[in-house]
Amino acid sequence: MTTATSAPALRFSGVTKKFSGGTTALADANLEVSSGEFVAVVGPSGCGKSTLLRIASGLDDVSAGTVDVGAKQLGYVFQDATLLPWRSVAQNVGLLAELEKMDKAERGRRITEAIDLVGLTGFEKHLPHQLSGGMRMRASLARSLVLDPDLFLFDEPFGALDEITRERLNDELLRMFELRQFAALFITHSVAEAVFLSTRVTVMSGRPGCVIADIPVPFDYPRVPELRYTPEFASLCGEVSQLLRGL
Amino acid sequence: MSTAETGTGAPADSQEALAAERAAVTAAGPSLPSRAGRRVTSLGSRAGLPVLVAGVIIGLWYLVSEVALNQYQRFMLPPPNQVLQVGFFTWSNFTALVGALRWTAQVTFIGLAISIVLGVGAALLMSQAKWVENALYPWAVVLQTVPILALTPMLSFFFGFALTPRVIVAVIIAFFPIVSNTLFGLQSADRSMHDLFTLHKTGRWTRLWKLQFPAALPAMFAGFRVSAGLAVIGAIVGEFFFKQGQPGLGTNMSVYTSLTEGAQLWANVLTASLLGITVFVLFGWLSRRVVGRWYMPSSR
Repeated sequence: MTTATSAPALRFSGVTKKFSGGTTALADANLEVSSGEFVAVVGPSGCGKSTLLRIASGLDDVSAGTVDVGAKQLGYVFQDATLLPWRSVAQNVGLLAELEKMDKAERGRRITEAIDLVGLTGFEKHLPHQLSGGMRMRASLARSLVLDPDLFLFDEPFGALDEITRERLNDELLRMFELRQFAALFITHSVAEAVFLSTRVTVMSGRPGCVIADIPVPFDYPRVPELRYTPEFASLCGEVSQLLRGL
Repeated sequence: MSTAETGTGAPADSQEALAAERAAVTAAGPSLPSRAGRRVTSLGSRAGLPVLVAGVIIGLWYLVSEVALNQYQRFMLPPPNQVLQVGFFTWSNFTALVGALRWTAQVTFIGLAISIVLGVGAALLMSQAKWVENALYPWAVVLQTVPILALTPMLSFFFGFALTPRVIVAVIIAFFPIVSNTLFGLQSADRSMHDLFTLHKTGRWTRLWKLQFPAALPAMFAGFRVSAGLAVIGAIVGEFFFKQGQPGLGTNMSVYTSLTEGAQLWANVLTASLLGITVFVLFGWLSRRVVGRWYMPSSR
């Protein structure tokens, strides 16, 4: 399944974003995510990585350039789980389907399916404060999965988690990617995470952000956790790190 | 993609790891063995300390009444036993006290109910448009700071001297905390939560009903609790100015002050604070019933 079809799920052409305060977050950024492709974006803090996602999702607009979104349904996963604290796990997972006015029976079926996919079966009635940080993030993933998006936007979703939980969620995210074959644009600070997950790593420069390198990741899916300990993996991580350091 | 695939995709080691994570969460759940012990100590400190403070206050009371005041000044603060005896254990006085309490309680609850409806309504309006907030909020502040004394002639001109003007005074005093807390609560939802709703093209009402209003509930109840105490004060202040019709605790306080009947005065004061404490506790309980399930104050 590594061979991505050519239709772009998302394409940025010469995108520039200036904020009203005068900061230029993005300068002539070019980026493409084909359907079925997992693109990770790394870059120094404040290089406009999150702005990419806000623009792609329509939360922000561009100052110049064009954005084409080929995907029909977007999934957006935020830095924190953003669960509603008064709703149970199942009710939180169903939120987006509810907002999209999905038929109730269909919604119920998809909630069960998504909760199972993220491994939260048995926790449907728990409230967010009763869950660990990792489990909250699983619920947040499930909430997006319910709509079965063909393009996922991830804004450093696992940045706040400890290393072990993060790696475990990386493994599971890959499993979801292999199953559902969505396209993904994944923002992260972690080079290892970027390399482990993606088909391609995009390196961005500091502010104003633009794309300075595109590094294909040659490892086949399904990827196993042990991939992280191979010399090939380490050398690719080193290559990306060096590019980042050169900035 | 079929449904059957989804449940079985997890590699074994990841399932194991997840099981460990689940176990940790389950263990941290509501069945810790030490919990019963904690509850006892917390009950001890929650009931014990106030009782201790009450003892200190009663001691000070005796000290002021018996030592600091001579027999001619003692009417200002008669000793507690005399207050109990005259105010509460003399049947005719007691029935009068209960009657007054009924009326004051009625003014309090009507005033509080109106404050809640108007306050929450005003805050909802203000949350919907910045210009409404800019237009109304300063006047809510003005309403809170205006001296009631200045309004009494006008209130009596329009509404007479009985129940209505008393309720209006209670509303004026109790209104502001509800508006400010509710508005604060409605604006408290995370930016990313709002983004999530925006991404799915949520309309104003859905956003209000599913995000802002539930998020506001803890702050709203904090406001209700403060206003409940203020409504009691408002009712009593109202009775000071509008004495026609049924006498309330405030009416009595005013009368007994001029008659220098200290024991009766303090019996009414104690009853009024009892009413205040009761509504305060009532709203605390209500708050725990409504939001206690999910709202964790940061101290926990």
